[in-house]
Amino acid sequence: MRRTVPAFVAAGAIGALALTGCGQAGQGSTTTEDGRTQITMWTHSAGNPAELEVYERIISDFNASQDQYEVVEESFPQGAYNDAIVAAAASGDLPCLLDLDGPIMPNWAWAEYIQPLGISTEITDSLLPTAVGVWNDEIYSAGYWDAALSIFARESVLTENGIRIPTVDEPWTADEFNAALQTLKDAGYETPIDIGAEDTGEWWPYAYSPLLQSFGGDLIDRDTMLSADGALNGPEAVAWGEWFQGLFADGLASNSGTIGNQEFVDDEVALSYTGVWNALASVEAIGDDLVILPPPDLGNGPVIGGGSWQWAISSTCEEVEGAREYLEFSFQDEYITEFADKQIVIPATEGAAETSEYFGPDGVLRPFVELSQQFAVLRPETPAYAVISTTFETAAKDIMNGADVQETLDRAVQEIDANIESNDGYGF
Amino acid sequence: MTVTPPTVAAETPQRATRRFRTTKGRETWAGLAMMAPAGILLVLFLIIPVILAFTLSFTNARLISPNPPRFVGLDNFVRAFTADGVFVQSVWNTFLFALVVVPVQAGLGLLLAVLVNRRMRGVTAFRVIFFIPVVTSIVVVSILWRFLYQPNGLINSMIDTITFGAWSGMDWLNNPQTALGAIIVLSIWQAVGFHMIIWLAGLQTIPAELYEAAKMDGAGPWRQFVSVTWPGLRPTMVFVLVTITIAALGLFVQIDVMTQGGPVNSTSTIVYYAVRKGYEQQEIGYAAAISLIFFVAVLIIALIQRRLTREKD
Repeated sequence: MRRTVPAFVAAGAIGALALTGCGQAGQGSTTTEDGRTQITMWTHSAGNPAELEVYERIISDFNASQDQYEVVEESFPQGAYNDAIVAAAASGDLPCLLDLDGPIMPNWAWAEYIQPLGISTEITDSLLPTAVGVWNDEIYSAGYWDAALSIFARESVLTENGIRIPTVDEPWTADEFNAALQTLKDAGYETPIDIGAEDTGEWWPYAYSPLLQSFGGDLIDRDTMLSADGALNGPEAVAWGEWFQGLFADGLASNSGTIGNQEFVDDEVALSYTGVWNALASVEAIGDDLVILPPPDLGNGPVIGGGSWQWAISSTCEEVEGAREYLEFSFQDEYITEFADKQIVIPATEGAAETSEYFGPDGVLRPFVELSQQFAVLRPETPAYAVISTTFETAAKDIMNGADVQETLDRAVQEIDANIESNDGYGF
Repeated sequence: MTVTPPTVAAETPQRATRRFRTTKGRETWAGLAMMAPAGILLVLFLIIPVILAFTLSFTNARLISPNPPRFVGLDNFVRAFTADGVFVQSVWNTFLFALVVVPVQAGLGLLLAVLVNRRMRGVTAFRVIFFIPVVTSIVVVSILWRFLYQPNGLINSMIDTITFGAWSGMDWLNNPQTALGAIIVLSIWQAVGFHMIIWLAGLQTIPAELYEAAKMDGAGPWRQFVSVTWPGLRPTMVFVLVTITIAALGLFVQIDVMTQGGPVNSTSTIVYYAVRKGYEQQEIGYAAAISLIFFVAVLIIALIQRRLTREKD
């Protein structure tokens, strides 16, 4: 009995040490056996084998070409990724290279998690404008691809019902779009369009704020970035809210079902408002009958959300030179094409698009490149976006569920403005 | 063991005393050492966070910000009660939830416990069946029930079949009138098995002789329950009530998975709202204030319950 006491103490002490020691894992720059400096890199792509595969190829190619640096990658599931970054930043453990979702970039730049990217402007100039993250006139992030939304339909269904097939130059007007939905409902579709309202989180601002912008409203006054008043609760925004509410009230869209595009593939809905990442499955299922249409012009031209995952360098990175070298290496058309074709996302450079199987001049998904070039609008580039995004989601869901539109939007504006004020304007 | 035989102590009293003292010293030391792991964990994960929350609630601290936090006095508390309708609604929802769940869950648990406390064939199977939801992760249960509650889900098809198509149900989770009720039903179903087991343990501490005596006095089943079972279950009742209340007030996972506080804030609860404010919207100071309010509220309720259920003699 007496003997075991020190063992207890030792066990306790080791346990406590192990617990406090957890926070230290993965810090600093270490050297490999052959004397190369390691650069740590975090991605959100665990659970996405197609994306991870390309990263692994880039990394092994880069490491093979180097005798100075070695990139070491660690991947997290997307759901836990942002939390991991925030926690790592709080404890000073950020990796050198990290990827981030476009709209969160200003927040992290403002919080000094990341530093100006500083890679060759030749590269950033060649990218789609929505694949480059700019805040305070500095480039903080850059990505290999962008995503885009469109409306999927079956050509045969539209023709049978006498609905005009819209083009990028001549999209559906609001009246035409509403009439088309009604026609399709009368033709027997229980809810003619799937807009993905069963999804939650960033999907809501990503998918539905462009509709708001097409009506002439916005999430925030983009000239000052200091208030949402007038933009999110003005007459245009209310018109959007009433229209959006009507989609559900009139049974034109449903707020349940499966996330993704399955209802459209099964022909349970006639139209699907969905992203490029769902496109290939639909192409395979439907073939030539599939048409990829621009979203409707609800008054101020069609709008789609821009900005996807991009790369940044943390402010605590000790091997900035190496990190930049890796990023510059990774922006080769060859890799960007591979990302595009494996993950079904829009390649960020013209060169990569040309050799892409799906996004090349004759590719089946070529329309997305045009949509992205013509209609993409970034979500507001302000550190307040984290609040704007969740507030908009709540407000839009309340509107969907029948809340008074003006009242709901006023409350959202109040919440956003109070938050901006309590942060002294986020540096604007 | 190290107990000294009394004969030795009688022979050399002085030495025995010294030895006793050192043994005691050793025991204290050993006790402290054994307490250390739990103590360190408690300090690290309970006491320090509570102190931090208390301090943060008087500042405008943010999760991510280059600006240093500023002392703002009682601003956060004033804001919560006077300028934040969602918070007030969350408080109301939380108490409404607890008000329904505590008596219903405790009552159902007792009923089930009495039912499965019999000697009959297959009683173990019933116990297992009632207990399965408890050992299933609440996240899994919530996702499952979200499917059940869908407009074209199992519950609506069942209603449709039972009423021969007269009423085909509704979109339970997307209707402000029914969302909280739907979550209440699921929550009761999920945890009732746990309380059944606690009640069952209580039931089995009641000596069988009491029942025999009651029977000989001519007491029927109801009379036996009122005069023997219920008085014998008193300590269990206190425990069950306190644990259900605290668990009910901390409602979070079901909300996070199923409704995210919607529709129109009808299912937002205090804990969910604190997480949403602090983590999603990064207002850690304000969220800390909400947590503190929650902490005080739970403390008061637990104290009142303790007082109401204390042994009167």
